[in-house]
Amino acid sequence: MKIVVCMKQTFDTEAKIAVDANGKINKQGVSLIMNPYDEFAVEEALKIKEKSSGEVTVVTVAGPEGQDALRQALAMGADKAVLVDPGMDEIDEFTTASILAKAISEMEYDVLLGGFRAIDDGSAQVAGRVAEILGIPVVNVVTKLEIADGKAVATSEIEGGSQTVEVALPAMFTAQKGLNEPRYPSMKGIMQAKKKPMEKKALGDLGLDAGQVAPKVKAISYFLPSARAAGKIIPGEPADAARDLVKALREEAKVV
Amino acid sequence: MAKGIWVYVEQRDGKVKKVTYELLSGGRKIADALGEELCAVLPGKGVAGLAAELGEYGADKVFVLESDSLENYTTDGYANAVADLAKQNDPTAILMGCTVTGRDLAAQVAQKLGTGLMTDCTEMALENGQLVFTRPIYAGKAFVKASCPEARPAMATIRPNIIAIEKAAKSAEVVSAAANTGDIRQAVKDIALQISSRPELTEADIIVSGGRGMKGPENFAILEELADVLGAAVGASRAAVDAGWVTHSFQVGQTGKTVSPVVYIACGISGAIQHLAGMSTSKCIVAVNKDPEANIFKVADYGIVGDLFEVVPLLKEEFKKILA
Repeated sequence: MKIVVCMKQTFDTEAKIAVDANGKINKQGVSLIMNPYDEFAVEEALKIKEKSSGEVTVVTVAGPEGQDALRQALAMGADKAVLVDPGMDEIDEFTTASILAKAISEMEYDVLLGGFRAIDDGSAQVAGRVAEILGIPVVNVVTKLEIADGKAVATSEIEGGSQTVEVALPAMFTAQKGLNEPRYPSMKGIMQAKKKPMEKKALGDLGLDAGQVAPKVKAISYFLPSARAAGKIIPGEPADAARDLVKALREEAKVV
Repeated sequence: MAKGIWVYVEQRDGKVKKVTYELLSGGRKIADALGEELCAVLPGKGVAGLAAELGEYGADKVFVLESDSLENYTTDGYANAVADLAKQNDPTAILMGCTVTGRDLAAQVAQKLGTGLMTDCTEMALENGQLVFTRPIYAGKAFVKASCPEARPAMATIRPNIIAIEKAAKSAEVVSAAANTGDIRQAVKDIALQISSRPELTEADIIVSGGRGMKGPENFAILEELADVLGAAVGASRAAVDAGWVTHSFQVGQTGKTVSPVVYIACGISGAIQHLAGMSTSKCIVAVNKDPEANIFKVADYGIVGDLFEVVPLLKEEFKKILA
């Protein structure tokens, strides 16, 4: 079973975000982690491999710093990594998906996995686009995945519940929290990861040029949310405070 | 030349989701300003009867895509049908609700049409004739204003509960279009809906949410009782979910659901940045916490410093009085 995981390095969930002098998001000094949803995807890939043997390749579109997340996946147990550096200032999900799909099209694959969204852009569209370009089906927000006989049965989240769908492989699945508990890399894994293949490619190596993958969406400006002003603390004994609060919600805020 | 603002109609079992009306209300203003038609796109099986009600919320035209194979939502069936209709009609923009389904569908349709997609938008506006969307990034710690300047249609998913619903009382022209669902590769085997008398978290006007301060799963009963009085949904912080007190479907925050209710009542929630990311666009935030230094009070419009086990039942009684 050949498994490919699309992944991304993101800012740490605790990171403070600021806008720099050029009006862009300031990425200096922000600590980076593997996108938490991608950890579920890597873990699932490793579980499938352990069950059926095979190979796990992790792939990302990023600058050189993206190697850290790939290295972590290798330390968890993935076999090889591919980093494609687009070398472009502005990219969007169309760009990323086009590059990932091209890179993956040169590999053998039965199962593709990815986090259902990244916690930075949060757009939840790259994996679906990759599947579309490759002409394979996608099942998003998967919380349970069973692979057997060239087919997959996936349980995924839907509004107000869940559903189970069956697809033939190859197919793309995006991981939701609950799919599994990602393992921590062992010391041995971390040592081994240093010797595992890490391929670095540029657009040209994939036969692409920047024009072909130019973003469709253009950012106009970045800004921070206006801080919510701290409101009123309703004083008094619990019974009085509860009465005054409900009164304020009705008469002042007019929301109930 | 591209023409028409399209709204995807999300429905289940013949019931239109509220976010669809929100999109029609917002789309109506954009369509008027551009002098274009507002069209509702309604795929499904046995859904033609819903067309009239879409006119009441502002649609000029309703494209009905009826097919037996659209009975259940499938990524392929719906994406093929919607993308095919778009290819034939060349709309300016397609709007969908940022729901689980909307997100899934929008990405596939956008790629089929080779266009750009902005997701989970909290604002849409026309600037110099260009549709401009504002969307949160870094889990709401920053925002980006963006557009899809050349490719058409411009696509966006809009966060539920952001746009106020306005009725427009139009009588929509109903157009039956061919539903080209293509090869549907996802075979739906089973659908399990949680039966709940409460509204869904992302659609609720009021949410009563509990955190670490709830101390245990059994104590969520007091939140449920308050929610029942208010017709509210019940949510939870990551701490409560990680402790196993409620399931992940209740979680509000960066790694859970993003909500935008009129009133968000946070009980025993400290206000970690990852929780705030999921609820800070609520219109009115109420916090009950015994720690006066809790972060949640920095964003709350109203707060009570006190024991939630004492305060929440009292709130329930007070709400009962005014809502009776």
